[in-house]
Amino acid sequence: MTTTTVPFRSILFDRPSDAVERADPAVFTDLNLDQVFAAVTAGRDEYDLMPFFGAPLHDVQAVQYRHQILRDMEDEALSGALAEFAGHMREMRKYLEQSAKLRYRYQKESWFLDAARIYGQSVRALADALIAINPSSRGFIAFREYLAAYAGSPTFTGLAADIERVTDALAAVRYCITIRGSRVKVTRYEGEEDYGEQVQRTFAKFAQRAVKDYRARFRNLPDMNHVEARILDLVARLYPDVFSALDEFCARHASYLDETIRVFDREVQFYAAYLAFIAPMKKAGLKFCYPDVSAESKQISVHDCFDLALAAKLGSKAAAMVRNEFYLTGGERIFVVTGPNQGGKTTFARTFGQLHYLASLGYPVPAREAALFLPDRVFTHFEREEDLATLRGKFADELVRIRDVLDQASERSVVVMNESFASTTLQDAARVGERVLDRMTRLGLVGVYVTFVDELASISDACVSMVATVVPDNPAERTFKLVRKPADGLAYAAAIAGKYGLTYRQLKDRLNQVTP
Amino acid sequence: MYPDRDFDTERELPANEPDLSSDLELDILLRAMAAGDKFLFEVARHAIHSGLVAPADIAYRQQVLADAIAQPGVIRDLYDVALAAVTAEKKILGWIFRDSPDTILHRTHQVLRIYVDVFHRLRDIADAGAASFRSDGFTRFFAMIATELNDDYFAEMEAHLSELTFRRGALISAGLGKGLKGTGYVLRRHPEQAWRDRIPGMSRSGYSFVIPERDETGMRTLSDLTSRGVNGTANALAQSADHIKDFFQMLRAELGFYLSCLNLRDQLIAKGEPVCFPDPADLVTGGAEQARLSARGLYDACLSLSIDTSPIGNDVDADGRQLIMITGANQGGKSTFLRSVGLAQLMMQAGMFVAAESFTASVSAGIFTHFKREEDATMEKGKLDEELARMSTITSQIRPGCLLLCNESFAATNEREGSEIARQVIRALTEAGIRIVFVTHMYDLAGPYYAEHEPGTLFLRAERQPDGHRTFRLLPGEPLPTSYGEDLYREVFGAADRAATG
Repeated sequence: MTTTTVPFRSILFDRPSDAVERADPAVFTDLNLDQVFAAVTAGRDEYDLMPFFGAPLHDVQAVQYRHQILRDMEDEALSGALAEFAGHMREMRKYLEQSAKLRYRYQKESWFLDAARIYGQSVRALADALIAINPSSRGFIAFREYLAAYAGSPTFTGLAADIERVTDALAAVRYCITIRGSRVKVTRYEGEEDYGEQVQRTFAKFAQRAVKDYRARFRNLPDMNHVEARILDLVARLYPDVFSALDEFCARHASYLDETIRVFDREVQFYAAYLAFIAPMKKAGLKFCYPDVSAESKQISVHDCFDLALAAKLGSKAAAMVRNEFYLTGGERIFVVTGPNQGGKTTFARTFGQLHYLASLGYPVPAREAALFLPDRVFTHFEREEDLATLRGKFADELVRIRDVLDQASERSVVVMNESFASTTLQDAARVGERVLDRMTRLGLVGVYVTFVDELASISDACVSMVATVVPDNPAERTFKLVRKPADGLAYAAAIAGKYGLTYRQLKDRLNQVTP
Repeated sequence: MYPDRDFDTERELPANEPDLSSDLELDILLRAMAAGDKFLFEVARHAIHSGLVAPADIAYRQQVLADAIAQPGVIRDLYDVALAAVTAEKKILGWIFRDSPDTILHRTHQVLRIYVDVFHRLRDIADAGAASFRSDGFTRFFAMIATELNDDYFAEMEAHLSELTFRRGALISAGLGKGLKGTGYVLRRHPEQAWRDRIPGMSRSGYSFVIPERDETGMRTLSDLTSRGVNGTANALAQSADHIKDFFQMLRAELGFYLSCLNLRDQLIAKGEPVCFPDPADLVTGGAEQARLSARGLYDACLSLSIDTSPIGNDVDADGRQLIMITGANQGGKSTFLRSVGLAQLMMQAGMFVAAESFTASVSAGIFTHFKREEDATMEKGKLDEELARMSTITSQIRPGCLLLCNESFAATNEREGSEIARQVIRALTEAGIRIVFVTHMYDLAGPYYAEHEPGTLFLRAERQPDGHRTFRLLPGEPLPTSYGEDLYREVFGAADRAATG
């Protein structure tokens, strides 16, 4: 094996210091990431993955550590082996739960033994698979070395040997019960002949064709009643060595589960869950990419991006979604988005936020190509329902929240502002917006500012104007495509008028016809 | 029924069965064979429609039938025994589909007890009657009874029946399954008791306990364990009972066929009609030279069964002919003759006697009928359409070596067209190695054939005496341009009408 490996610590964090949780539920809700994460973790509650989503990375190396691991996991052999391992571990936990639930000692011990056996098998299978697959990420190489060493250690080989010995001994136990009225006698099995076979032999000469199977099927519940337990106790007396070996096994291996492996089983789900979540979208033709992240350069550039929450909701229809592109060059820092309502402004703002947040989780992002800034934090400011508890007016409430954001934001932050100040006059909105944009610009952060105030789009060189567009043939239908061009509030009005034949030219023509 | 396989009464009937049945009026024959018994009706129906093709197989059945004719009493006894066994199950009350293994075991035990008694009766009949049977089939059957149902075997069955009452308790083996629950429960046979087993305290080492009287859960558990234990054995026993029932069902069906033949023979003999075992010749799939069909006193058994008088028998000598073209007087017995040929062919190939003084014919690979039909009741198609559609269906099923009986085919259109269609059909089919008996009044069709002097064709004509009287006899003769419809007209309307029309 390789000689340069560092000891394995975690499949999620290159250095322990990367694991810093910072829950920011408002951001998740505003960006619809709460929906995304709920879908990602669906069916994986037992792994408690939510805390990982609250711990974005701030270090490029830590992001790359995850990218490498995810690239490895795109290999079906590896993802298959991991899924199998996860399935076994899940089964093992069910066995342990069952063991805890049962009443009779030997039953508890038997389920415990089976749990250990599943564990042993799954560890060995994964260790073998990792050697055969030969992953290239630092994370998996280190884990492979760890697992190989563990599987070869006396702790593990001793456990495996004990499991096999006790299991085989129990499997070899054969006993007989003789039931006569209410009397039960338990004896060792001594080669008595199968009566069914004898009957079959006697009447075999008549057998000409397959006939109905009369065998009844029985329900098998895991627990026992007192009669079965009594019989089992008597069987234990008939085979004392076998059952004392079982007792000893459970005492000796009470804590057989390796902590590193337990943690790996949970953490690797962070990747498996996301890959499983985006797989159907990729199959439907949507493109994802590993973004090129930088902690310094704000020259971001994204091609064919889309709203991941929306794509997940659209399912098979997602392939028809409109995809957007945007970039910042030179001193450009903030996209000022204007255009008709329902034209995709909010979607764009969300997508922008999602891309940066997902990138900071080390995930592939919903875009064909992306160069993104790795922020220290992502802030959002979306319109809220009036909050009675604050006892402030809506406008005031918004201002307070914006102040909070701007107080905490740094030059390394990403800020997404959506449709603020709609509750005040256009003039107020323009003036306050101007101030806020000015502060944002001065901080030098990267952001999106969605507004209905056209003038704000050209306020400084740091601002880039993005306009939501409409389909030229059918202006009533928004494309959700945003293009980089000066804000032109009249374009949409002209288009919708055209649809109803109310443009100047149209009106002219029509009127000419009426009055020659 | 067969030297090498079983008689399958579940088999699907051939696709042309409905046509055959109605054209040849087979139900009359089958009813005579069944003598009021639905089961026999079905058996006869299947036998008639799954004809044998190898003359040797036909001979095998003829011999068995000859034995049956010589020993009708034994055949009826055997049939009754088989019937008793088949209905045994119904005597056991409350036979339900889904049952616990205990119940299945218990009920099957009772059924098997009846089967064993029936086996004894079977053995007694065999012991008493075997010597008087000559055929391969019966000789083999009685030999089988003697060797398979010997005294040792009866003892073996009795031993099972007595042991399965569990006087010594149910001995059940098991292993340890998931969570150490018992698994793989198997009922075991108690070992022979050794001397030490009979001395208290010296029996096999083990531990016992007793379920207290009040412990219902405990008792239920014991019954559940017993159920699991006897599951396999109950299944083996129930399946064995099914197999034995199958055996008796088969026996009943096979005997049923011969019984139905006896029924039919009794009725024909009672009327003084001749019957004979036919002489089957090998299948011919091409060329006319090898084809065989000759008979003396061939009559329509179905007609005989439905009238009081005896129908006229015909002699026919069509060896070396591939096409028989029948023309002649209306109501002159053409259709009846056609049916008698079809019936005799079917009965011969079922291994039966035929309604004739003698009958020799090549076996056929299948018999098809294309008879003029009454107007299609559904009125979906015109009459010619219907005829052509039927012929098309036949053509898709027919193969070389088959026999096609045509009765006034393609008469639904004018004579010229009908003749032309018929000619082309006949030519194609005969060239494909199919034998045809064609009844027609179309001179346009029959005339030119006669003129060609085709050696593979036989021409028969319904006899008409100079006074116009019909004998219902067919004689070799050239087709005539008239079918004597005028005669018939006269017969129906009387001479008086003649003046009016004439």
